[in-house]
Parts: sequence; C-alpha cells; structure tokens
Amino acid sequence: MPYLGSEDVVKELKKALCNPHIQADRLRYRNVIQRVIRMPKLDQWGQAEVLNFLLRYEPRSEEELFDILNLLDSFLKSSSPGVVMGATKLFLILAKKFPHVQTDVLVQVKGPLLAACSSESRELCFAALCHVRQILHSLPGHFSSHYKKFFCSYSEPHYIKLQKVEVLCELVNDENVQQVLEELRGYCTDVSADFAQAAIFAIGGIARTYTDQCVQILTELLGLRQEHITTVVVQTFRDLVWLCPQCTEAVCQALPGCEENIQDSEGKQALIWLLGVHGERIPNAPYVLEDFVENVKSETFPAVTMELLTALLRLFLSRPAECQDTLGRLLHYCIEEEKNMAVRDRGLFYYRLLLAGIDEVKRILCSPKSDPSLGLLEDQAERPVNSWASDFNTLVPVYGKARWATISKYQGAEHRGPELPDTASFATSGPLIPEENKERVQELPDSGALVLVPNCQLTAEYFEKTWFSLKVAHQQVFPWRGAVHPDTLQMALQVVNIQTIAMSRAGAHPWKAYLSAQDDTGCLFLTELLLESENSEMQISVKQNEPRTETLNSFISVLETVFGTIGDIKS
Amino acid sequence: MISQFFILSSKGDPLIYKDFRGDSGGRDVAELFYRKLTGLPGDESPVVMHHDDRHFIHIRHSGLYLVATTSENISPFSLLELLSRLATLLGDYCGSLGEGTISRNVALVYELLDEVLVRAKHLPHCTPFLADMHCGWEAKSIHFHPFPPLTSHRLSFLCPQDYGYVQTTSTEMLRNFIQTEAVVSKPFSLFDLSSVGLFGAETQQSKVAPSSAASRPVLSSRSDQSQKNEVFLDVVERLSVLIASNGSLLKVDVQGEIRLKSFLPSGSEMRIGLTEEFCVGKSELRGYGPGIRVDEVSFHSSVLLEEFESHRILRLQPPQGELTVMRYQLSDDLPSPLPFRLFPSVQWDRGSGRLQVYLKLRCDLPPKSQALNVRLHLPLPRGVISLSQELSGPEQKAELGDGALHWDLPRVQGGSQLSGLFQMDVPGLPGPSGQGPSTMAPPLGLGPASLSFELPRHTCSGLQVRFLRLAFRPCGNANPHKWVRHLSHSDAYVIRI
Repeated sequence: MPYLGSEDVVKELKKALCNPHIQADRLRYRNVIQRVIRMPKLDQWGQAEVLNFLLRYEPRSEEELFDILNLLDSFLKSSSPGVVMGATKLFLILAKKFPHVQTDVLVQVKGPLLAACSSESRELCFAALCHVRQILHSLPGHFSSHYKKFFCSYSEPHYIKLQKVEVLCELVNDENVQQVLEELRGYCTDVSADFAQAAIFAIGGIARTYTDQCVQILTELLGLRQEHITTVVVQTFRDLVWLCPQCTEAVCQALPGCEENIQDSEGKQALIWLLGVHGERIPNAPYVLEDFVENVKSETFPAVTMELLTALLRLFLSRPAECQDTLGRLLHYCIEEEKNMAVRDRGLFYYRLLLAGIDEVKRILCSPKSDPSLGLLEDQAERPVNSWASDFNTLVPVYGKARWATISKYQGAEHRGPELPDTASFATSGPLIPEENKERVQELPDSGALVLVPNCQLTAEYFEKTWFSLKVAHQQVFPWRGAVHPDTLQMALQVVNIQTIAMSRAGAHPWKAYLSAQDDTGCLFLTELLLESENSEMQISVKQNEPRTETLNSFISVLETVFGTIGDIKS
Repeated sequence: MISQFFILSSKGDPLIYKDFRGDSGGRDVAELFYRKLTGLPGDESPVVMHHDDRHFIHIRHSGLYLVATTSENISPFSLLELLSRLATLLGDYCGSLGEGTISRNVALVYELLDEVLVRAKHLPHCTPFLADMHCGWEAKSIHFHPFPPLTSHRLSFLCPQDYGYVQTTSTEMLRNFIQTEAVVSKPFSLFDLSSVGLFGAETQQSKVAPSSAASRPVLSSRSDQSQKNEVFLDVVERLSVLIASNGSLLKVDVQGEIRLKSFLPSGSEMRIGLTEEFCVGKSELRGYGPGIRVDEVSFHSSVLLEEFESHRILRLQPPQGELTVMRYQLSDDLPSPLPFRLFPSVQWDRGSGRLQVYLKLRCDLPPKSQALNVRLHLPLPRGVISLSQELSGPEQKAELGDGALHWDLPRVQGGSQLSGLFQMDVPGLPGPSGQGPSTMAPPLGLGPASLSFELPRHTCSGLQVRFLRLAFRPCGNANPHKWVRHLSHSDAYVIRI
C-alpha cells in the first residue's frame, strides 16, 4: 500500500471511495475529493496513486463528471510527468462519452508530452514517444506542427531514433512532408545500418501517400551502390508497386543495375519478384534473371530459387523468346539436381503446368499486379480514443501492442491489467478482419449447411433482370451506426463469398448496395442494402430464386456476422 | 509496486540488490537482466524488458543501471520518475553517484531504500483502510519479506503491504531516520567531476565554486552543518538546432532548467529573482526591449509564485539536496544570434576519388564569452582511407574514426573565426549519375555536421538570475555562500551540408 502523505488523506480517501452514503450524495463526494486532492502533504507519488484510485469511480451524471474534471484540472499542469499522465488517463476514461473533452485533454497534455520527449532522461523520452505514437493513431494531425521536435540527433540511442522515425512517419502531412522527407533522407546514410534501413522503410511508408517525392529519393539512394541500402530500397519498391501502381514506371526505370549490390535473401527475392511481374517494362530483365540462373547452384536460400522459378515463368509469358532457354535450364536444374524438396516440387509443378498448355499457365500465373485497395484499408484504421484510453500511462504503449499481446498471453489468465478490447488489435496488425472474427465467419457456412460458391459472377444486367422478376423473400433491419466504408464492406463480403454488384459512394444519402451470392446447389441470393440518412438502421431485403427457408436463414446470419464485424471495427 | 530493485555497474556487476515482495526469482535476476540487456535485438528498446511474468524497467545514470522489476502493468512515467528520484537521492546522500561511492556506502544505500520503499516507522498506519481495500479491491496474496530489515525495532511496525510502494522521497522526512554516515574516502579529483553534475564542475574562471563542492554528501551528518552553508543555483540550457544547407534556420529548441542544490538546513527560505523582462507565452510583453521570451514554464510544487507575476521572484523553502526549481522551453524564436555558424565548401573530384572539405567555423558569441570543448562531427562517405589536414590553430585536433571526421577545438573565443581544410581519398565512390565531373554536389553520405560544445556564463534565452536572497541567518557563522552559474550546452546542433 503506498503511503499517501498522512493519516488524514487516508481517512478522507476511505470515506470517499468506500462509503456509499457519500457516494450517493454528489455534493459530499465532491467535497471529499476536493479535500483529498488539495492535501498539502500529498506528494507526487501520493497524487499519482489517488488518481489511480479515482479511476474506479463512475460518475452518475454529466454534471458530476464535469465537476470532478474541473477539480482535477490542476493535475494536468503538474511538473511531474507521472502525475500529468495519470490525470490524462483519468480524464480520458471519465470522459469516454465526450469525445470533444478527450480531444481537449489531449491538446492540454501536448506541452508536457513534448517536454518529456526532449527530456534529458533518455528513458523518459522513450516512454513519452511511445505515448505520442499512441495518440497519433487516433488523432493523426495532433503533433503535425511540432514535427521538428521529433528530428533525431546523432548522439541519441538507437531505440529513441527508431521511435522518432516512426512518429515522423505518422505525423506527415501536406505542409511538413518536404521537411520531414529531407530529414529522413539524411538518416538513410547513417553509419548504423539498422537505422539507415529503418529510415528507408519509413520513406516507403510515406510513399503510399506522397509517391512521387519518395520514389525520387529512393532512386537517388540506389546511386550509393551500398548493399545494405540497395536491398532495403528494392524491398520498399516491391511493397510500393503493389499498393501504388502509378509508380510502376518510375520503379522500373530505377531497377537496372541494382542486382550488383544485393547479396541478402530478402533483397534478392524482392528484386526477382519485381523483374518477374513487371519484366515487360524492364529491357534487361531476362538477362538479369539469366545471371541469377547461372549462379543458382551456389544459391544458399531456397526461397530465392522458388522466387526465381515463379518470376522466370511469369516473364516467359510476356517475353517468351528471351526466356525460353533460361527457363528450360532452370527447370532442368530444379528437377534433376536440386536437393531441397520444396524447390523440386515447385519445379515439377511448373513443368506439369507448362505441359498443360500456355493458356492454362496464363490463367494461373497472371494474377493482379497491384492492389491499391489494400493501402486504403490500412489508412482507414484510425482508432477511437476509447480503444486505448485504458492502456494510457501503462506499459502497453511502451511495449507496443503486438508485443504486449504475446507477453500477456505468456502471463496467462492471471494477468490483472486492463483487458484489451478484441477489436483493438485490428489497426496495428492491419488485416481486414480480426483473426477471431474471420474464423467465426468461416465456420458459419459449415454449421448452417450453406456453402456459398466463390466465383459466382453475375453481370449487372442479369442481376437487374432477376431482381425485378423475383419477390422479396425476407426483410430485416440491422442496427448500424455512422457512415459506411464501401471498400471495407466489399472486402468483408468477399471473404464470405458474397459478390457486390453495385454500391453508392461513401457518404451518399440514402446509401444503397446490391449484393449477390450463390450456394453450391445453384440457389441465388440477391440482396439490397438500404441506409436512410436519418435513422440508424440498415434495411435489408433478400430475394431468392428457389424458396428454401433454412438456407435463407443461414444466409441472413452470414450477413449479420459481416455487419457485426464491420460495426466492431468502426466503433 | 516494485518487486525488486537493484543497481548494476556498467559491466553488469550487481552492487545493490533488494527484494521487496519476495514473489519472484532470486538474486540471479540481476544477471538475467544484464544478459537480456546485452543480447537484445537491435530493434527492441531496452528501457522496458520482459521475462516470465516480470517487467524490468531501468534507467542509466552516471554509468550505473538502476533497475526495478514489477509484475504489474504499472505507469512507466511514475516508475521512471521514481528511479531518477532515487538516483538523485543516492547522489545527495553519498556525495556523487558512481560505482565507487555506491560500493563504499552499501549500508547507507540499503537504509535509504528501506525508508523510501519499505514502510518507515514514523509514518501512520493505514491498516484499517487496507482491510477495506482488500474486500474486492485488491485480491492479492500477502508475502512476507524474506530479509527483514536490519534494525529489530522496526519489526513491530512491519506492514508487508507497504513493501515496494513508494513511502516518501522527501529529504525532510528521510533526514530523521537515516543513521549511517556516508563514506567519502577519496579527496576530490578533477577527473571525477567532468561529466556527472554541473555543480562545482571545473570551468575556466576562478569565480565559480571550488570543485570539491559537488562531490560532498548533502545530507550526511548533523554535526558539520555549520561549516558548510552553501547554495548552488544553476541555470542550464540545452540547445538543439538544425540549420539547412543554405544557412537558413530550420529548428531551434531550448530546454532550460533552474537547478538548486542546497546544503542549508531545511526550511530556510530563499528568494530567487529572475530577469524582469522574462515573458511567458507568445503574447505577454514586459519591459521596453524585446524581452526574454519562453514558450512554457513549469515549477516545482514547492515554489511559491505570489511575487512571480509582479516582480519575477520565486520564493521557496528548499529541502536539502538537489531540486529542479523551474523548467522552461523555447522554440523557433531565439533573441540572441546562434553561437556558431558553419560555412562548408566541398570539392570533389570523382575521377581521382579525392574529396576536399573546407570548413569555416564562426563563433557569434559576444567577444568576452567563449565556448569550451567544441567538437565537430562530420560523417563521411564509406571507404575514406586517408586524411590530410590544415588547421588554423595549434591546439586543434582532427582525426578519422567511426566513419566520421572529428575536429576538436578546446576553446573558441566569441567573435573569432576558425577554419580547417581536410583532404581525403575515397576510392570507388560512385557519383550521382548524369552529371559531369562535378565540384558542386557533395557526395551522398557526407554530413550533416553536428557540433557539441559548452557555453559557460551564457544562456541562449537570455534568462539570468538577478539575485538569490536567503532569509536564513545562521547562528554564529558567516553568511552562507551562494553560487550562481549560467551555462548552455548543445544537445544537437546540426548543420546540413
């Protein structure tokens, strides 16, 4: 039990927090709290503890809440960071229904946090930076005007530099992008290879929004011809091309010559992938791959050989004349001499695929070359303050959410800290649907004896014709809050094999969408979603071409799950 | 709540180990911590580490690791603050904080830890409160401490729930209960003073305090109080600056602190007068000149501010020991010119791989001031093999190391201009494609240059202490000595090339 300054404090606190009569009487409760927090003997440790106790109290009315907040306001100005952060957490949690109050508090705490970020104590600085990142997840513009505070100095320890680079990456906006990029470019040539690579990845992250400037910087870095830089730049290019197809041309022009400066497995894989997928735009792509094939015997990483097989086969489809001979040699080597079973199997697989005819190969290998929607989905993962308020001023932001999850799993059920809400893991890990929800979604069709067919391709005309010829089989209303993110919804529906025929754009009133699905018996489900602007309900009308109630019910429940999941993400 | 606390030397030898809760491993925890620390992958931070169900949180202070372990999801800010407070306290009691002083004063350190983190007998009970708290609030098993405190009279007050919680860190409370005297075996040596604290550190002028002042325990004894009535007041500013390659200023950031180290008996009141033109915030206007403006100020909770608004006077009754009276920040708007300007010119012949860097450093301080320990650090492209140099002064030194050029200037007088010409060979450095044999574009990997320095008797914000008055009159002894110092030093002073 911490020492709280004096016996009086303890007595008062006990009254306030244990006596139901006082709690029932708003005025007396207020007085007690007032007396406690005005105790002159309460030192900073005591203050931090009292703030911690007050977290347990739930104010009964709005008036009372604001009363308490006013009383505690002075703690936000304390000179001790521990007290300021404790008060901030209390404010965030008490005001969980008042987002504007939360934003106000975060604005107030900006000063102390920034001061801690440039504190002389490295450790304090690190903890503050972690909390800045946490706030940035919810309020991306919050620290944008203070970006200079997060520039690194060469004498700082590695872990602080890495945090600062992450922060810079997250607070970038139209006004500061030029300066931030210039600063990051300086880091790319740092003596520490790790730090240089982190800076390059950070530029890659910014490139999703500010593509042209970043690609230009990355291209210049290739001119350094240093292995540790080139390999990371090429990996960044690979990720970028997938998310932002508009930069493909620039990347393809930058690639020739890179192969001389890449030695590690990750970098080679990235380069080979790029050469395979976008090889038709790179004049010397077949010859670079040929060099790799020449040296395949001394290749130590099986993953590189696998990548090489796929890339060469892809390039063969677009430039057969230049690749045929090389591909033959590589296949021969993989099938006859390679000792690694995975590589051998892959070689045999491609060989048999080629035997099946070139059209078949094309159908299987020519997948989409980019997926811009993936980047958009990640951007939307803006978290509300309430999802992390209970983690504020704890070890969770300091470890980072992902690491904390493994730690608390390790600690098992006896872990006493505040439980994270399930959806909170969404934004950091980035997948569309949280793991547990995904499983739930995929289990459902099995249990309901409803199997939706993946590739049910209906044309819009056919849909329209069928829609008007059928009667509404089922109509239902789901609760819904806020606007709809069409991309998110579409992706989520795709996971359960429901195809979107048409959709209004985001924010339209009323908002409508048409969906179709087909089960394994050929039964068609046509659905209309309707969201009126004023009421918070999603109206659903389902039509079916064969009247079967049990499959209809399971179909409705699948829809319900999807909406539940999307709702979770949004709230 | 802290489970264990230990202090390791920079090489990982445990100096102090204390288990408060008895709920986790033995002494080998300290070794485990050091193993984890040294074997940490590069992208993870060492500040908070995790093993089994235990979190290690540590700070590095004067070459020592002060580590706390806990099994709770505790507030990192409070814990880090507590560790730095402990470091200050230990410094106050043992003189200075260091491997030697800690190992000489083991008994004192344990006693101090007992008072700070274990229940002290002078503090009131809160058992009834605890009884209430335990019904539903805190369902935790109670462990008894495996090593009871040394003094037996404390046993009757033993209250195990208090173990590992902060009881008090105020020197006033502690002074009544710490019995052990600090052992200060060594007379002071100049080498000990260089980095740790500023108090009494050696500087050029004889005006400052004798250097032995700092490494003296503040709170050691009651007997010799009369001989040493001293107060040290330091205004320390850290400067971080970023200058673009065209000379324009991108960022200026000043973090200032007023630190007080008092050897006076507790409860003696003092008044600190600051420059009257001192303005807080962008809008305030005082005095006739441009004023001295800072963006934000925070004060220690013991500072009374009734005279601050009218006369810029801080009133306080400092406890013995070290205390940060005031902190302030200032960004983007510096009243005085920057202390240093660097004018680099780079010539680079790609064909022969010869790189020539000419650096001209101008010190814009007032002529009477000077900068000490100036060091320029210039990262170079990879593969630099030889260095030839022409420096403007004999006391300067330049060398290659760590992929960078270091240029040491022990002393730079205000208003002076120094230069250095450096020639290096960089074989095989590729140039930016599409340019001729350029002498314009510097090769990638060169720069940015960063400077580190100290500016004694100079504050970048212009803030000065006008006076320091003590209301305290010691009986039968001369007036207490008051030492006021101003100092600025670089945190990051970066100039892009």
